[in-house]
Amino acid sequence: MDTVIDVSGLVKRFGRSTALDGLDLRVPAGEVHGFLGPNGSGKSTTIRVLLGLLRADGGAVSLFGRDPWRDAAELHRRLAYVPGDVDLWPNLSGGEIIDLLGRLRGGLDESRRADLVERFELDPTKKARTYSKGNRQKVALVAALAADVELLILDEPTSGLDPLMEAVFTDCVDELKDAGRSVLLSSHILAEVERLCDTVSIIRAGRTVESGTLADLRHLTRTSITAELAATPTGLERLEGVHDLAVQGVRATFEVDTVHLGDALAALGGFGVRSLTSRPPTLEELFLRHYSAEDPA
Amino acid sequence: MTGTLTLLRFHLRRDRLMLTWWVLGGVLLYYSQAVSTDSLYATQAELDRAARGIKSNVAFIAMAGPARALDTIGGQVAWQAAAFGAVVAGLMSMFLVVRHTRAEEENGRDELVRAAVVGRYAPVAAAALVVVVANVLLGSLVAASLLSYGLPGAGSWALGLAAALAGLVFGAVALVAVQVAEGSRAAVGMTCAAIAVAYLLRAVGDTGDGALSWLSPIGWGQSMRPYADESWRPALLSVAAVVVLAAVAVRLLDRRDLGSGLWATRPGPGRGRLGSSWGLAWRLQRGSVVGWLVGLLLGGLAFGSIGDDVGDLVGDSSFSQDVFAQGGGSIVDSFYATLAVMLGLLAAGFTISSVLRLRGEESDHFAELLLSTGLSRRRWAVSHLAVAVIGTVAVVAAGALGLGLGFALVTGDVGTAATFAAAASAYVVPALVLGGVTTLAWSLRSAWARAGWVLLVFGLVVLLFGATLQLPGWLMDLSPFNALALVPAESFSPGPWIGQAVLVAVLGIAGIAALERRDID
Ligand SMILES: Nc1ncnc2c1ncn2[C@@H]1O[C@H](COP(=O)(O)OP(=O)(O)OP(=O)(O)O)[C@@H](O)[C@H]1O
Ligand SMILES: [Mg+2]
Repeated sequence: MDTVIDVSGLVKRFGRSTALDGLDLRVPAGEVHGFLGPNGSGKSTTIRVLLGLLRADGGAVSLFGRDPWRDAAELHRRLAYVPGDVDLWPNLSGGEIIDLLGRLRGGLDESRRADLVERFELDPTKKARTYSKGNRQKVALVAALAADVELLILDEPTSGLDPLMEAVFTDCVDELKDAGRSVLLSSHILAEVERLCDTVSIIRAGRTVESGTLADLRHLTRTSITAELAATPTGLERLEGVHDLAVQGVRATFEVDTVHLGDALAALGGFGVRSLTSRPPTLEELFLRHYSAEDPA
Repeated sequence: MTGTLTLLRFHLRRDRLMLTWWVLGGVLLYYSQAVSTDSLYATQAELDRAARGIKSNVAFIAMAGPARALDTIGGQVAWQAAAFGAVVAGLMSMFLVVRHTRAEEENGRDELVRAAVVGRYAPVAAAALVVVVANVLLGSLVAASLLSYGLPGAGSWALGLAAALAGLVFGAVALVAVQVAEGSRAAVGMTCAAIAVAYLLRAVGDTGDGALSWLSPIGWGQSMRPYADESWRPALLSVAAVVVLAAVAVRLLDRRDLGSGLWATRPGPGRGRLGSSWGLAWRLQRGSVVGWLVGLLLGGLAFGSIGDDVGDLVGDSSFSQDVFAQGGGSIVDSFYATLAVMLGLLAAGFTISSVLRLRGEESDHFAELLLSTGLSRRRWAVSHLAVAVIGTVAVVAAGALGLGLGFALVTGDVGTAATFAAAASAYVVPALVLGGVTTLAWSLRSAWARAGWVLLVFGLVVLLFGATLQLPGWLMDLSPFNALALVPAESFSPGPWIGQAVLVAVLGIAGIAALERRDID
């Protein structure tokens, strides 16, 4: 089994509005895959389709090579899910819920359970009604991470966690990666994605706009250049891939598509470079560019 | 208090439909008593006879209240409606209070509201004002409708005022309960218990020397003696109770944290024994099963203890013949045949609410988490439906047992009591039909889930007014309760009963098939 999640051309409509409009997503086995997109772009909807909770209106969806709508319960024994908003039965204690979900998944690893409860500093005797948002999330995380499964589907799992707990979560995902498990991680926290994910998919308005390794994606973006030259530069605006050019006397600042960086540097060389600073694109810029509606990738 | 009026306007907008139904239902409760008394007793002599019958029957007094001016239409209306009207007003106020306080805190909307420019007391003040508006509307419309029917002015206003004040007192009780209780469900339970205790206190008081009735907000309203030489002073007791309870609620509000009650939630076990959807369904529903069981048992006892002294109560008018002598036979048999249907309809209330637990689990997003495990939709639904079915059997049995026991204790006639109990037991099947309809409606589309309640109200209308309104037979038979023979007034015919049992199975299977085809929220 080399592909765990394989979605192509997925369409999902709610009444007259189209939430997913030809979305593609592929997660190879053993990979931690980041799933990114602005609010309302369809991440949670995609995940619900993958879980067989929603029925696809079009496209092909396969989970472990099978149809998640038809074989939902059977496939679910091989995965664990943490929803974006964790709601729990107010009258049950955290420990009861962890054990219930574990048993319904076909058993959980006792020593891992104990270990996780301790690392996440969770009090399992509290009733769910008294848990904070972060603690409810921990209950779902412990239940999911303690399950002996091949795939974890995590929808913004750290949105309620404090930085300390986020670090614990990061360690847990590292351990999963070492154990060869696959993870689909939807997140708005870019540092987390950068730290954990091998590959990412970026979606917008129900469509995949970019997918690949972070290095691949960086390559598609721009580098900022500030140069002090011996002479006033001319003709830079005609170079391919140069944007936002500003020339003040002998000083030029601009952004250049990373693929055309070499040409731009060569052109600058012709005016005698006194000093040069170049800044590679930050992840923020990368995402902002993909997220913003005016500038389709 | 900043923002109170804005919130009030917002609440009233959101509640306008629900409020309309509550108030209309309440007004109808009073108004229909006037109409039915008029049509039940054709002559004053009959009314006098009924009044004597009621006065001499302790069970009647316990059920409705002290016998005053029962030889007048007004007196009859006050006697029949005051206690139940107070309960309805109390339930309405309770739902409003819980909905706008703890329920809002639990779903997190309260935080949003508080983040806006809103004073600390604004949410609670707005909730209280909604209750005031609702009860003022209820009370004045009750009075106006009775006046328009032609009943005396002072009595009509006293009766309306009694209803509104009872609503306000129980609203204030709910306001205290939401400060104290663990969560909104617990607050509902506490307030319902308070209403039940108030009802029982006056039941015991009214049948004895009346002292205990003075401890009950329902008793205060009845002490205003509508249509029987009104006395306005007891109203002050209600007002005082409202003021004291509201003050207590505000004090408690200052002492508790938002989102949690005054009593800290006791910790639960760190390890769980729950391991299946069956266990979970039972765990989630057991409280309500036990509550309905006790309720139906008591209801059955109350009905049964009317005994065989029903001839005077049921007059000779055409309306009373329509309702209580359906199917012919002796008047006692007909009367109990009708009460058996009533118990069945009550039990169907449990069935529907139990099935709707599935909808609650879905809309609270618990289903999403559950169905992401190895649990299939079918097994999830079947486990809750199993609780609904077994619970319905138990609840109907409790009602039938109560009915038989009550009758046997009062009359000593065990044989007849057993017949009545058996008649009531048969209604487990139509109750399940309503549950089946609820299942299918919810499975097709979760927004349709309330269809079962509509059918329940329809069944009640058919039972009480079907003959009077001369509804066509096919229409009345759309209520599964009407489609069965009225045992023991008529003899039991197994055909329709078995047909309905098959229908239950079909509805259940179709429901689960539909559920497997739709999106889960
Ligand atoms: N049950 C539903 N009915 C109607 N519309 C829905 C439903 N569920 C989702 N949508 C719509 O589908 C779109 C995608 O929503 P989704 O929750 O998948 O976004 P998301 O990417 O998870 O956003 P976020 O980052 O805020 O969690 C939104 O426009 C949302 O309004
Ligand atoms: Mg989401």
